[in-house]
Amino acid sequence: MRKNGFARHALIETLHTVQSSFGFLDDDAIRFVALSLRVPLSQAYGVATFYHYFTLKPPGKHTVTVCAGTACYIKGADKLIATAEKRLGIKPGQTTPDGQISLMTARCVGACSRAPVVLCDGEVEGEITHEQMLEQLERWAVE
Amino acid sequence: MTIEELEQIANSVQQENAKYDFEVNVCMDLACASQGAGALKDALVKAAEAAGKKVLVRRTGCMGPCSNGPLVRVDPEETLYHHVKAEKAEAIVNCLGGPPVPELQCDLNEHFDKQVRVVLENAGYIDPEKIDDYIAHDGYKALLTVLTEMTPNGVIHRITESGLRGRGGGGYPTGLKWGTVAKAKGDVKYVVCNGDEGDPGAFMDRSVMEGDPHRVIEGMAIAAYAVGASKGFIYVRAEYPVAVSRLTTALREARRHGLLGNNICNTPFNFDVEIRLGAGAFVCGEETALIASIEGKRGTPRPRPPYPASSGLWGKPTLINNVETYANIAPIVRNGGKWFHDMGSERSKGTKVFALTGKIANTGLVEVPMGIKLREIIDVIGGGVPGGHKFKAVQTGGPSGGCIPEEMLDVGVSYDALVKMGSIMGSGGMIVMDDTSCMVNVARFFIEFCMTESCGKCIPCRAGTAQMYTLLTRICNGTGTMDDLALLEDLCSTVKETSLCGLGQTAPNPVLSTLKYFRNEYMEHILDKRCRAGVCTMQTVESENEVVA
Repeated sequence: MRKNGFARHALIETLHTVQSSFGFLDDDAIRFVALSLRVPLSQAYGVATFYHYFTLKPPGKHTVTVCAGTACYIKGADKLIATAEKRLGIKPGQTTPDGQISLMTARCVGACSRAPVVLCDGEVEGEITHEQMLEQLERWAVE
Repeated sequence: MTIEELEQIANSVQQENAKYDFEVNVCMDLACASQGAGALKDALVKAAEAAGKKVLVRRTGCMGPCSNGPLVRVDPEETLYHHVKAEKAEAIVNCLGGPPVPELQCDLNEHFDKQVRVVLENAGYIDPEKIDDYIAHDGYKALLTVLTEMTPNGVIHRITESGLRGRGGGGYPTGLKWGTVAKAKGDVKYVVCNGDEGDPGAFMDRSVMEGDPHRVIEGMAIAAYAVGASKGFIYVRAEYPVAVSRLTTALREARRHGLLGNNICNTPFNFDVEIRLGAGAFVCGEETALIASIEGKRGTPRPRPPYPASSGLWGKPTLINNVETYANIAPIVRNGGKWFHDMGSERSKGTKVFALTGKIANTGLVEVPMGIKLREIIDVIGGGVPGGHKFKAVQTGGPSGGCIPEEMLDVGVSYDALVKMGSIMGSGGMIVMDDTSCMVNVARFFIEFCMTESCGKCIPCRAGTAQMYTLLTRICNGTGTMDDLALLEDLCSTVKETSLCGLGQTAPNPVLSTLKYFRNEYMEHILDKRCRAGVCTMQTVESENEVVA
C-alpha cells in the first residue's frame, strides 16, 4: 500500500499483493485494506468478488488448474476437467476435504499453441494427457 | 538521452556482438519454456564453454511456430532447429560453422515465406530484458526523432496517412482517435495500453509484451507526445505474470536511460508509465470497463458517449489503444506512413498478428499482410489439419466473433470482410476446428463464456445470455425443439441490439454464425437427436424430466 502511496485507485493492486502473500482474501484482510485505503467496505468487497482472479476461500496445498480457453476446449479440456472431478470428487473451485488439492479452471493462460494446458502449482504442462494429469494428482494425494 | 547517445549504445552492442563467432538464439516464450527451453539454454552455454567456441547464447521472445518448440536459431547461418532437448546442446555447438544437425533441422520455409513481420520483427532476435538489444535494432529512434523533429500534429498526420486501424478488434482508425484526444480540452490527459487479452485462445499481446516490451512503451510515448499526455497506464492481465515482470524491467531500464521521465531527450516532454493488473474479467477489455478497473472499481462499462477520448480516466481525455496498435507505431514513424499504407488490402492496411491454434499442424504466432486468403493461412502457413481429419471451420474474434466455414476460406482477411462473414477481426485469435468439433457445442461454449463473464449491469446481456445458454444446452442434449430454435434466434437479435457494451452486443455472434453456416447441425440435434461429431450426449425427454424431478 505504501508503494502505491495509499492511493484509493490502487485497490486492485493491493488486493493482488494480499492474495499473493496469503493465498486468498479473508474478511479481515478486505476490511483492513478498505480501512487503510479509505474506500467503502462495499467497494472493496465488490471488487474482490467481481474479479474471478480473487478467491475468498483458502486454496489447498496443491492446485491443479485446467485451462478452459477455446483452444484447450477444442482439444478436450472439458474431458480433462471431468476426469479431475471424478478423481478428486470435487467440482472446479473446490478443495478436497483433506485440504490437499484444489481444482480450478482458468479462462486462458495464453499457452494456446500447446493446448490442452494444465497448470500444476503454476507450472505450465502442455499437450497433457489424462494419464499424465492423474499421475500428478496421485503424487500429490499420497504426500 | 540524445540520438547520438542512442547510436553509441547501438554501436557498442554491435561491437560486443562482433566478438562472438556465432549467435545461438533460444526461444524462451511460454510454449517453449514449458518444454524445457530454460534447461536447454543453460546446456548450450555450458557446451559452448566446454568446446571453447565464441558463442553468444541469447534468450529471445516467441519465434512463431510454437508447436515445434523448443526452438533454437543459429546466426549468422539462420539455421532453425526444432524440438531441441537439453541433451542436444552439445551436438548443436559441435555443428557450429559446419553443416547443421540434420535430425533437428526445421524445414518451415513455406510457413515463414508467406509472412511479413512488422510487429514481430524483433521477436526471436533480441533479449526482451535488455534495452540495449532493442536500441541496437533501431529502438527508441522513432521516439527521439519525433521529439526533436516532428510536431504532435505531424505525428498524427503520419499515423493517419498510414491507415493503421485499431488492432484490438473494433478497427477504429488510429489516427482519427489520436486526433480526437489531441483536440480534447484538458490540462491532464492519459494514454492507456489495453493488454487485457481476454479472448481465450489468443496470445498475441502476451507474446509482444513478453518478447518486445520496449516496442509497446515506445509506441505509448509517441502517442503521449502526439496527444499531449504525460502519464500512461498499461493494463495487463494478472494471468500473464511473465509479461508483467518483463514490462516492469523494461520500464525501469527505460527510466534509467532517460527515455521515460522528465525532459526526455532534453525537450520539455515528460512521460511515465505505470502498470495496472487486471484480475480476470473479460469485460475489462471494453474501454469504459477498463477505465473503471484502472480506477480500482468493479469493471462495469458505462454508456457512451461521452467517449474516453473526451472523458476517460478520472474524467480526463484518455487515449486507449491495444498492445499491437502501439507496437505498430515505431515502425510507421521510422519508415513513413506510405510504407505501411502500401501493405495490406484496400481498407485494412499493414499486417496482423494471429495466434493460430486448435486442430492445425503448425500452431503458434504468425504475422501476415492484410488481405491474405484465410486458406493460405490455414493450409500453407498452418500446414493444414493434421491426423487425416477434415477442416470444418475457423473461429476468429473469440467470444465476440464467429465461425467461418470451408467455402468462405478464399476471402482475403480484412476488418470489413470478416464482419461481412458474420465474424470479426477481434484481437487475432484464430482457432481451427475439424470434423471432431460440434458447432452447436462450440456455440454453447462461447455463450457459457459470455454468460459467466457478463458483468450483470444490463439485463439483455445478463439474462439473455443465460437463457441462450439454457436453450443451447437443450439442443445439445437432444431435448430441444424447433420452438427453442426460433426463440434462440429471436433472443440473439434482442441481445445484439439492446446490450450496453461490446460484450453483449457481440455475444450472439458465435450462435448467429453457426446458425448461418451450420444450420444442418442444429437440425440434426433437434430432429434426428444426433450429433455428427459425437461430442454431445443425447438424452431423451423422459430422462431429462427424471433429472429435473
